[in-house]
Amino acid sequence: MNLRAQPVGGSILTVPFKILFAVLTASVPLMAWRFVSGLGPTTGLSDGYPWGIWIAYDVVAGTGLACGGYAIAILCYVLNQGKYHPLVRPAVLTSALGYSMAGFAIVIDVGRYWNLWKVPLVWNWNRNSVLLEVAICVMTYVGVLWIELSPAFLEKLEESDSFPGLRKVSKVIRPWLDKAMIWILAVGILLPTMHQSSLGSLMLIAVSKLHKLWHTPLLPLLFLASCLLMGYSVVVFESTLSSRMFGRPRETETLSSLSGIVAAVSILYLALRLGDLALRGRFGLILGSGGYSVAFLLEMALFLTPALLLRKRERRKNPGTQFLAAMMMILAGMLYRFDVYLVGFNPGPGWSYFPSIPEMFITFGLVALEIMVFIIVVKRFPILAGIVPAASDSGPGEGSHVPATGR
Amino acid sequence: MGKDEDNRRIVDRLEARGVSRRDFLKVCTIAAASVGLPAWCVGSLAEAAEPSNRPSVIWLHFQECTGCSETLLRTSHPAVSELILELISLDYHETLFAASGVQAEEALHEAMKRNAGRYVCIVEGAVPLKDNGVYCKIGGRTALEILNDVAGKAGALIAIGSCASWGGIPSSEPNPTGATGVPQILREKQVVTLPGCPANPYNLLGTVLQYATFGTFPALDGLGRPRFAYGRTIHEDCPRRSHFDAGRFAETFGDEAHRNGYCLYKIGCKGPATHASCSLKPFSEVPGAWPVGIGHPCVGCTEQTLAFRVPLHATVEIDRPTPPDTYPPVHPDHGNVSTAAVGFAGLVGGALVGAGVMMGKKLGVEDKKEEDP
Amino acid sequence: MSVTRRCVLKGLVAAGTAVTVGVPVASARERKTPPSDAVGMLYDATRCIGCKACVVKCKEANGLPPETDPATGSIYDAPVDLSASTNTVIRLYKEGGRTSYVKAQCMHCVAPACVSVCMIGAFHKSDYGIVAYDPGKCVGCRYCQLACPYNVPKYEWNTAFPKIVKCEMCRHLLAKGGIPACCEVCPRQAVIYGKYADLLTDAKDRLARDPDRYYPKVYGESDGGGSQVLYLSAAGIPFEKLGLPTLGDEPVPQLVESLQHAIYRGFVAPAALFAALGYVMIRNGNGKENSNGGDGIGTSSEQEGKE
Repeated sequence: MNLRAQPVGGSILTVPFKILFAVLTASVPLMAWRFVSGLGPTTGLSDGYPWGIWIAYDVVAGTGLACGGYAIAILCYVLNQGKYHPLVRPAVLTSALGYSMAGFAIVIDVGRYWNLWKVPLVWNWNRNSVLLEVAICVMTYVGVLWIELSPAFLEKLEESDSFPGLRKVSKVIRPWLDKAMIWILAVGILLPTMHQSSLGSLMLIAVSKLHKLWHTPLLPLLFLASCLLMGYSVVVFESTLSSRMFGRPRETETLSSLSGIVAAVSILYLALRLGDLALRGRFGLILGSGGYSVAFLLEMALFLTPALLLRKRERRKNPGTQFLAAMMMILAGMLYRFDVYLVGFNPGPGWSYFPSIPEMFITFGLVALEIMVFIIVVKRFPILAGIVPAASDSGPGEGSHVPATGR
Repeated sequence: MGKDEDNRRIVDRLEARGVSRRDFLKVCTIAAASVGLPAWCVGSLAEAAEPSNRPSVIWLHFQECTGCSETLLRTSHPAVSELILELISLDYHETLFAASGVQAEEALHEAMKRNAGRYVCIVEGAVPLKDNGVYCKIGGRTALEILNDVAGKAGALIAIGSCASWGGIPSSEPNPTGATGVPQILREKQVVTLPGCPANPYNLLGTVLQYATFGTFPALDGLGRPRFAYGRTIHEDCPRRSHFDAGRFAETFGDEAHRNGYCLYKIGCKGPATHASCSLKPFSEVPGAWPVGIGHPCVGCTEQTLAFRVPLHATVEIDRPTPPDTYPPVHPDHGNVSTAAVGFAGLVGGALVGAGVMMGKKLGVEDKKEEDP
Repeated sequence: MSVTRRCVLKGLVAAGTAVTVGVPVASARERKTPPSDAVGMLYDATRCIGCKACVVKCKEANGLPPETDPATGSIYDAPVDLSASTNTVIRLYKEGGRTSYVKAQCMHCVAPACVSVCMIGAFHKSDYGIVAYDPGKCVGCRYCQLACPYNVPKYEWNTAFPKIVKCEMCRHLLAKGGIPACCEVCPRQAVIYGKYADLLTDAKDRLARDPDRYYPKVYGESDGGGSQVLYLSAAGIPFEKLGLPTLGDEPVPQLVESLQHAIYRGFVAPAALFAALGYVMIRNGNGKENSNGGDGIGTSSEQEGKE
C-alpha cells in the first residue's frame, strides 16, 4: 500500500456537499441578523448564562475535537511511532479547520468584536486572565496549524502548471520550511498543551457557580486528558469515514493501536476524576444530586464503555467497534465539556439556558463550512494517504493517475 | 416716611375692604413662598405698593371667555384680587372698567403714553389671524393691531390663560379663525405665559409680586412658563399618586374604584403629561376645586398638545416611569428556554447519534463480510 | 553529533527568548486589602423602608432608561433585577411573616473576580478602589458575567453595539466632589457613603450597640475576599436569604490565580517544555533509517515509505 498522500479527486458537488452548502447558506442570514440586532434576539443567552453553545461547543468542545493533530503529533514525532504518520495530515487539516471554526465562532460570539485587535497587544495584557492565555494561544495555534499543513498545498502547487510566480516562491520557502518544521511542530505541541488545559482553568473562577461534581483544581489536567482522548477518537472516526466515503483502504491496524491508547488513557482519566471526588469527600454527590447526577453518570458511562469495548485486542480490530467506541468517546469528551460549561453551571435560582434555533443553526452553518472545506481540500490536495484512483466520473486526468513512488 | 407708615397705608386700604392685616401677611407669605421669594420680601412688597412704585398694567382681552379674569376675582378669602389690584395700577381692563367706549379707549392711550416702555401688558385670550384678523375687533381695530401696538411699547408681557399662551379653545380643530397665542405672534419678545383654563390666579399673583417687588420675572421654562408653577407635572404632586403606584385604578366612571377615589389614569387623566400646579395650589382657595379633586381626570388644559386635542378619556404615555408599589423577589424568574428549540435539538441530536450507530453497525457487518469469504 | 549539539543550543536560545518575551510578574499570592483611600457604601437592611428613591435617583444620575412592561401599559419603571438599564434594585425578601428589603448593586470587591478575568483590563480597580469599566478595552466576551459570584455585570443584549453595565459608585459624581446618588437621596440613611475603614467601624459599632437588632455579621468584611460595599441584616435573617451568596473568606480569584501562576511563573515551564519537545523530535527525526519509519510532516526530503 502506497503511503504517499494524494488528492482523492472526484467531483466536489456531491449530494452531501450540496446539503452542507444549503445548511451554510441558511445560516448566513442568521449571522447577519446577529450582527444587526445583537445577541439578545438571536440567541438564548442571558445575563445568568453569558456563555452558550458557541463557547461550549464551537470553542471548547470543537477545539477538543480538533485535537487530532496535537494528539497524533505527540505519538508520531515525540513518541516516535512512525506508523501513525499517514494519519498526520488529515488530522492536522481537521485541527486547522476546527480551530479556524472556533475563531469564527468567537468573532460571532463576542459583543464588541471591533476591539479584538487590542487583545494581542502585550501592554494591554492582564496576566491573571486565563481567557487571555487561551485567546493568544489559540490565535497563534491557528497560524501554526495552517503552516504545518502548508507543505500539502505547496506540493500541489509545484506539481501544477499554473501560478508560475507562486511556484517560484514555494521553491524558495520549502527548504526553509523543512528546516523550521521541527520547531513549528514543537510549538504545535506546546500551544495545545497550554490552552486545552486552560480551557479547564477557565471555569476555576466560577467557585460558587460550578457544581461540586465538576469544580476541582484538577480541571486543567482533566481537560488535557479528555482532549487527547477526543483527538485520538476523532482521528479514528474520520479515518473510518473517509475510507468509506473516498474508497480508500482502511487503516484498521493503525486505528487498532490508537484505540488501545484511547482505552488506557480513558481508564486513567476516570481514575483521576473519581479519585479526586473521593479525596474531596464529594463521592456522595454522585448519586445525590438529582439532574446533575444523571449528567455525571452518563459521562462516566460514555468514558467507560469504550474503554471496556476496546480492552481486548481482537475487539479493537473490528472497524465497527472502533467506530462506535470512537463515537462514544467523542460524545464523552463533548459531554464533559458541556457539563463543565453549561449543565453543571448554575448562576443561581431563576436562570436557565437552552440555545435558540438560530443560535444552533449558526453553529450548524460553521460546522457545515468546516466539513465542506475538508472535502474540498481532501479531494484536491494531497492529504489522505493510500488513495485508490478515483472512479471514472471524475476528470480524465485524475482518473488515470497512478501515483509515482518517490520523487 | 418710615416702613410702618407704609404698611399702615396698605393695610388701611385693605382693611377698608375687610382684609385684615393678618390675612394680608398670610397671603403675602404664601405668595412669596410659592414664587420662591424669601420672607423678608414681605416688607419690600409693602414698599412696592406705593403709588409711585406700582407698575402700570394694561390688560387686553381678545378671543377669550374672561374666565381667567373671573377666576382672579373669585379668589375670596382673603381677597387676592384685591391684593393684586393694590400691588399694581390697573390702567386698562375691559371687564373691570366702569367706563366703556371712547372713554375707555382714551384711558388706554393715556396709560400707554404715560408709562411707555414701562407698563406690563397682560393679554387674556387668543388673537385671530385669518382673513386679516377680522374675527376680533375692538374699537375698529383688529386684535392683532391692538396687540402689536400695545405690546410694542410694553415693558413686560404676560399671557394669562391657555388662549393667550398658545391659542386655547378657539384654536382647536379646525381653527376657523386662525386663533393664535401671543408668543407665536410676538416671536421677538419675551412673553411670560401662564397657561391653564383658567390659569390658577396664584400663578399670576406670584409673577406679579416678584415683578412689582424686584422688577424681574421668576425663572421661566422653554415655553415662557414660570417654573415655580409649571415646573412639575400634575402626576408628580397628585394626591392620588399612591393609588397609581399601587395599581389601584378606576376603570369606568362610577365604579367601585372611582367611588373610592382611586387613580383616574385609566379613564384618561392627562396628569402625567401636564405641567401645572393645580394639585398643589387650589383654585379660589377651595380645596379640591379642580378636576381630579372632584373625580374627573385632568384634561391637560395647560398643554397645547393635549387640551382640546386629545380626547378627554384617552390615556397618555408616562414620560418618566417610576417604580410601582411592588417589589421583585430576591431571586426573580428569568426563564427563557424555548420548547421548540429543545425539540429541534432533540431531533437533530437523535438523528446524528442514530446515523453514527447505524454506520458503526454497517462497518461491523462489512468487516465481517470481508473476513468471511 | 554536532547537529545534535547545535539543535540543543538552538532549543536553549529559543527557550531563553520565550522567557524574556513572556515573563509574567511572579508574585506571591498575598491577600489583597482595600487601598488606603478606599471608599465604600454601607447598607443597613434594618433601616431600609423600600421607598426605591435610590432606584429612581440612580437611573437619573446615570442616564439609564426605565424598564417598562407593555403588559401593564408601560406606565411603571419596574425592573425585576439588575440589567443593562438598572444599576441598583430593591428586592423584597418575604418568608413566613418575616420581611426585609435588600438593595442590590455592584459590591466593589477587594479582589474582584471580574477584574481578575478581564483579558485586557476593561474592568479594573480604579481610584478609591472602585471597580470601574472601560468600554474602550472591552471585547464583549462576557467572562466577567460568568466570574462574578453576585451576578452583577449586565450586558446590553438587544443592540448591535453592546457594552457591559453596572454600578460604578457614581464615580463621575465623586470626581466633582459629590457622593453616589443612592446614598445622597436615601431618606433613612439606610445606605450611606464614606471611607471604607469608617464604614466598617460603623457597621461593627452598630452590631455591638444593638445586638438584638442585627444578624451578627457584617457581610463583605471578608466574604469572597471582602468587598467595599458592606451589608447588615436584621436579626434572624441570614444573608443567603437576601441573595448574598455564602462565599467563605478565600478571595474568589485565588484558586485560579495561584494555579495559573504556579504553572506559568516566569514562563519557565512552557519554555522548558518547548525546548524538550524540540530536542526529542530532533533526535527522533535524525536519520531516515529510523526503524519505525516516518519523518517530517511532508517535507521535501520525504522518505520512500514502507511498502
